[in-house]
Amino acid sequence: MDYQLTEEQVMIRDLARQIARERVVPVRAEMDEKGIFPWEIIKVLGESDLMGLHIPQEYGGMASGALAHMVAIEELSKACLGVSTTYAANALGTFPLLFFGSDEKKKKFLPEIASGKRLVAFALTEANAGSDASGIQTTAKLDGNEYVLNGTKQWITNGGEAEIYTVVAMTDKSRGARGASAFVVEKGAPGFTFGKKEDKMGIRCSATRELVFENCRIPKDNLLGREGMGFLVAMKTLDHSRCGVGSQGLGVAAGALDEAVKFARERVQFGHPIIGFQAIQHMLADMATAVEAARALVYSVARAMESGVKDFSKVSAMAKVFATDVGMRVTTDAVQILGGSGYMKEYPVEKMMRDAKILQIFEGTNQILRNVIGQELNKEAARGN
Amino acid sequence: MKIVVCVKQVPDTAEVKLDREKNTLIRDGVPSIINPYDRHAIEAALSIKEQAGGGTVTAISMGPPQAEAALREAIELGVDEGVLLTDRAFAGSDTLATSRALAAMISIISPDVIFCGKQAIDGDTAQVGPEVAEFLGIPHVAYVRKIVTVSDGAIRVERLMDDGYDVVDTSLPVLFTAVKELNTPRLPSLRGKMAAKKAVIKKITAADLSIPEGELGLSGSPTQVNRVFTPEARGGRKALSGSLEEQVSALAGELRAMSCA
Ligand SMILES: Cc1cc2nc3c(=O)[nH]c(=O)nc-3n(C[C@H](O)[C@H](O)[C@H](O)COP(=O)(O)OP(=O)(O)OC[C@H]3O[C@@H](n4cnc5c(N)ncnc54)[C@H](O)[C@@H]3O)c2cc1C
Repeated sequence: MDYQLTEEQVMIRDLARQIARERVVPVRAEMDEKGIFPWEIIKVLGESDLMGLHIPQEYGGMASGALAHMVAIEELSKACLGVSTTYAANALGTFPLLFFGSDEKKKKFLPEIASGKRLVAFALTEANAGSDASGIQTTAKLDGNEYVLNGTKQWITNGGEAEIYTVVAMTDKSRGARGASAFVVEKGAPGFTFGKKEDKMGIRCSATRELVFENCRIPKDNLLGREGMGFLVAMKTLDHSRCGVGSQGLGVAAGALDEAVKFARERVQFGHPIIGFQAIQHMLADMATAVEAARALVYSVARAMESGVKDFSKVSAMAKVFATDVGMRVTTDAVQILGGSGYMKEYPVEKMMRDAKILQIFEGTNQILRNVIGQELNKEAARGN
Repeated sequence: MKIVVCVKQVPDTAEVKLDREKNTLIRDGVPSIINPYDRHAIEAALSIKEQAGGGTVTAISMGPPQAEAALREAIELGVDEGVLLTDRAFAGSDTLATSRALAAMISIISPDVIFCGKQAIDGDTAQVGPEVAEFLGIPHVAYVRKIVTVSDGAIRVERLMDDGYDVVDTSLPVLFTAVKELNTPRLPSLRGKMAAKKAVIKKITAADLSIPEGELGLSGSPTQVNRVFTPEARGGRKALSGSLEEQVSALAGELRAMSCA
C-alpha cells in the first residue's frame, strides 16, 4: 500500500533498507549465536545520519519526525530485532533528555548521540519492580552539590555499552510515586558499575545488563526536570517509544512473511510448490493482512504524534500491543510454513520467532498495556466522549 | 586539498548477458551502477579530505546524460560536486580520446590529487587513469592498495604487485588508481542524499574544453574493434574431491598418467 511517504521518509526507508541488506543480514546469525554487540552497525547508522532522526537539528540531529523513525525501525527489524532493539532503546534513553533536559545538557549530550558516537540507555526496571514500576528501591539523596545514588537496575538494554544512562530513582520514599526523580548518569561516574550480563532466548546481540550504583555521585544538575517528576518522565518517555516497539513487531512480521512467501514458492511437495495449496495460501493471506493492518496502525499513531496531539498513551499502547502480537503470530506461522526447515538455524525465521517474543514483554507487557487501554476507555466514557 | 575523482557509469555486469548472434552485450534493462573500482576511488578521496580536515572533492564523469545519476550517487556518499562531460562529439571515444577529454577538464580544476578506479568492469583496459596522468604531465601510481601518509606536498602509498607490494613516495599533483584492497566504500548518508537531490550537476561540452574536433569521439580514437567473440571453453578439466591426501595422490596419479612426472 502507498502510505504517501514524503521524499525524506522514502530516503530514510531506502537507506535503512540498504544498511539492513548489506551490513546486517550477512552477520545477523553470527551476532545472534555469539552474542556480539552490533557496534559496527551502530557506527554505520551514525555515519548515515540515522542515529539522529529523533533529535532536533540545533543539536546535530535530522529532526525527521516520528513516522520517519518508525520506518527506520521497521526496516532494521525486518533484518534483525537485536539490532533494531539497540537502535530503538537508544531513542528511548534519549527521550527524557529531549523532553526534560536543560539546554546546557542537551548541548552536551545530544550531538554525540545524533552522530552515533555515544549510545544511551533507559533504566527503570529493578528486581522487585517490573510491571509495577512504583516499586523501585534505588535511591538518590542530595548531598551538597551532588546526588548520591544507591541501588541496582535490572535488564537494562544497551547496559554496559551505552555511555549515557537516564535513570529513575526515589528521592523521597515517603511521597510514594510522587517521590521518584529522573537523572542522567554517565558511564565512569564514581560508584557506577555493571553487573550481570543476561544470556537470552532472542535478541541476543542486544546487550541486557545490570547497573549497580554504590554511593554513585553525580552533579546536582544531572536531575532531569524537578524532583518528584520521575514517573512523569518515565511515562512520557514510554508513551513516545512504545509505538517504536510496535514498529519492531511490524518489521519482524514483514520480514518473516517475505521469507515464508519465498519458501512456499520454492518448496515442492506432492508435485506442486506448496504455495499452490489453499491451506498455505490462507495462512499467508492472514499474515499479509495482519502485517498491513499493523503498518496502518503504527504509521497512523506516528502521524498523530507528529501532529502535536497531547495525549497519545492509549493509541501508542494500541500500536504496541497489536503490532507485537502480529509479530509473534506471523513469525510463528512463518516457521510453520517452512516446516522442519523453519525450525533450523539455516533459515532466518527460527531466529525471528525467538526474537519476536520479547516485544510482547518489554516497555510494558501486552497485558499491562491492555490495562492502560481499558482504563483510558473507562476514563473517556466517564468524561462523556 | 583539492581532489578529483573520475567516475564511470557501467552496466551491472553481474546482470549482463551476451547476444550470441551479434556478439554484443545486451544492455537493455540492465541496471547502471558506478564502476565498482571507482567506489574505492571515491572512498579514498573522501577519507583523504577528512584526514586533511578540509578541501573539496569533485567527481567527474564522461558519458551520456543518464550518467548524471552516477555523479548524484557520488554526492550521496559525500562528494562535494559533480561535473559531467556530455556531448555527441564525445560519442565513440576510446581510452585515448576519453583520457584527453578528462585531462582537459581536470586541468581546468587543477587538483592536488586525482583518483580513478584501476579499471572499468565493462572495458577492463586499465588505461584511462595512466593516460590521463600522461596528458596532464604528472606522475601516477596505479593499483594503490594503501595510503600510508599524506603530508604537505607528498604522499606515500603502497602499490599492489603480483608478488607483494611497492612503497612509493610521490610529489603532488599526482594520479592514483584504486584496487579493491584499498578500503571499504561507505554507504550514503541522509544528508548526502538530500544534497544529491538538490545538487546542480555541471554539464561540459566539447566546446568548453577547446579540444580540436578530430581529437575527440570516434574520429579521435585510434582503437578499432574488429570482432567481439566469446573464447572457446577450454576442454579437459577435472575437479578433484576428497581429503587433502586423497586429492594429492589422485593428482599425482593423473600427472603420472599424462607422463608429466
Ligand atoms: C530483554 C529485556 C530488555 C529490557 N530492557 C529494559 C530497559 O532497557 N529498561 C528498563 O527499564 N527495563 C527493561 N526491561 C524490563 C521490562 O520492561 C520488564 O521485564 C517488563 O516491564 C515486565 O516486568 P517483569 O519482567 O518484572 O514482569 P512482571 O511484572 O513480574 O510480570 C509477570 C507477568 O505478570 C503479568 N502481570 C503483572 N502485573 C499484572 C497486572 N496488574 N495485570 C495483568 N497482568 C499482570 C505480566 O504481564 C507478566 O505476564 C527489559 C526486559 C527484558 C526481558
